[in-house]
Amino acid sequence: MIKIDLHKKFNEGNIGFELHFEANLLTGKLTTLYGNSGVGKTSVLRMIAGLLTPDQGHLQINEIVWFNGKQKINVKPQNRNVGFVFQEPALFPNLTVKENLMYALDDKTQNARISELVELIELGDLINQKPNTLSGGQKQRVALARALVRKPSLLMLDEPFSSLDQAMKSKLQDYVLAIHKEYSLTTLLVSHDKGEVFKMSDEVIIIENGKIDKQGNPSILFDSPKQDIPFQVTGEVIQIQKKNTKHTISVLIGNTLINVEAQEQEVLELTIGCKVLLTSNKFNPEIQILKNGSPKF
Amino acid sequence: MQLLEWQPIILTFKLASVTTVVLLVISIPLAYWLAYSRTRFKPIIETLVSMPLVLPPTVLGFYLLLMFSPNNNISQWLGLNLAFSFTGLVIGSVLYSLPFMVHPIQSGFSHLPASLTEASFMLGKSKTTTLFKILLPNIKPALLTGIVLSFAHTIGEFGVVLMIGGNIPGQTKVASIAIYDEVESLNYAAAHAYSFLLFGISFITLFGVYLINGGYMKRMFND
Repeated sequence: MIKIDLHKKFNEGNIGFELHFEANLLTGKLTTLYGNSGVGKTSVLRMIAGLLTPDQGHLQINEIVWFNGKQKINVKPQNRNVGFVFQEPALFPNLTVKENLMYALDDKTQNARISELVELIELGDLINQKPNTLSGGQKQRVALARALVRKPSLLMLDEPFSSLDQAMKSKLQDYVLAIHKEYSLTTLLVSHDKGEVFKMSDEVIIIENGKIDKQGNPSILFDSPKQDIPFQVTGEVIQIQKKNTKHTISVLIGNTLINVEAQEQEVLELTIGCKVLLTSNKFNPEIQILKNGSPKF
Repeated sequence: MQLLEWQPIILTFKLASVTTVVLLVISIPLAYWLAYSRTRFKPIIETLVSMPLVLPPTVLGFYLLLMFSPNNNISQWLGLNLAFSFTGLVIGSVLYSLPFMVHPIQSGFSHLPASLTEASFMLGKSKTTTLFKILLPNIKPALLTGIVLSFAHTIGEFGVVLMIGGNIPGQTKVASIAIYDEVESLNYAAAHAYSFLLFGISFITLFGVYLINGGYMKRMFND
C-alpha cells in the first residue's frame, strides 16, 4: 500500500494554485490520474518521485517513509527506487540503447535483467543505435525498459503516449499492460485520454483544480450509459468525388474509410483535410468477440 | 641578428596551456553552479565572472600587482612572491579569461533539458555521476568552445601580463610583450614576424572551432 497525503502551493505570476493530493494506491494495481491539463497531475508524480518538494504532508510506501513534513524526512530521489517515464523520453543522447539500459544498473554484472527486458519489450534490433536515430515510439519503449531495470517499487508514467499516433499508442499500452502483469508492478499512470484510462486502469483518480474529485473503477469516468443516443464519430475528409449531381465524400475514421453521400450545398464548404463530425440517428450495435482480441507476448 | 626568438612563443603556449587546464578545472563546477543555482547571490557572482570582459586589463593587473606585492599581508602569509613570476601570470590569465571558459559551459548546461538530469536521478545516480557521465558528454561543443576561446584569449593577452609579469625573458616575456618590445626598439621586422605568427595561430584555432562546432567537418567527411 502506498499512502499519499501531499500539499503544495504554487505561485505563478499573480495566480496562486494549491495542490492537495490524498490517496492510497494499492500494491500490484495500475492506477491512473485523470484530469485536464494544468490540474496538477504531473506535480503529484514529481512530488512522489522526490523531484518536487511538497510544503507539507506524508508519503509512505510499504511501511517506508519517503516524505514527512513534520519529522523533516525527505528521501533523495536517488534512494526512492521509482521508475519514471517522462512525457518526453529523456534518453541520454551520448549513449546507445544498450548503454542507456546499462547506465541504470547498480551492479554492472547483473545484465541478465537487461537481456530479459530487451526480449520482453522487443528492443533487440535497436540495441546498438543512438537515441536520435529512433522513432518516437521506439524511444518511449527504451525509456520504459530503462525505468524497469532497477526493479522499481513504483512505476510512474507521465502521459508517455501523448505524442504518438493511435497505432503506436495502442501497441505501447499493450507493452505496459504486459509488463505490469509480468512483474506484478504497482503502476501510476497520468492520462487525459478516456479510452486509454478505461483500457489500462484497475482504478482511476480524477483530479480537478488540484484536488481529488472522484476515485474508483474506470466506469466513474463516464456518465451512466444511455441508449438511443445519436451515434457520433469524428473523421477527416480525404476525397470528394462528383458523379452527375451526386457527391461522394470519403471520410477516414481511424483506419476505416467511410463513403458519405452529400448534396451540392453541403459539399461547398468542404475541402480535403477538413475535420468532420458524422452522426447517425440509428445506432443499434451488436457485439462480437474478436479472435485476436487480447494481446499476446 | 636572429629575426625571431622562439622563447617568447614557447612561453606563450606554456602559459596558454596551463591557464586553460586550470580554467577548465575551475569553470566546470562554477558553470554548473551558475546554471542550476537559484540563490539570490547568483547575479553578483555572474557579474564578477563577466567583469574581465569590460574591465581594462590594466585595472585587473594593477590590483593583482598590489596583491602580489611582497609587502602585502596575503603574500607574506602565503610565503610567495608572485609578482613578475610565471605562477603570477597564470593567476592573472585565469582571472582574465574566466568568462571565456565559464560562459560557453554555463550556456551548454542551461540548454540541456532538465529531464536528462532528472532521469539520471531516477535511475539512482548521484549528481557527480550525472555530471560526468551524462551532462559533460552532451555539452562537448560548449567545452571545446570554452577551451579554444580561453586558449586563444590567453595567447592574445597583453595588459595584465605587462602589469604583473613585466618583461623577464624565459619567465614572463610572452609573444605579445615581445612585439611591444621590438616596436619600442624600432625593430619592425621582428615585431612583424611575431605578429604574423600570432595572427596565423589565432586564425587557425578559431577557424578550427567553427569548423567542428558548425558540423562542417562531419559533412565534409561524409560527402
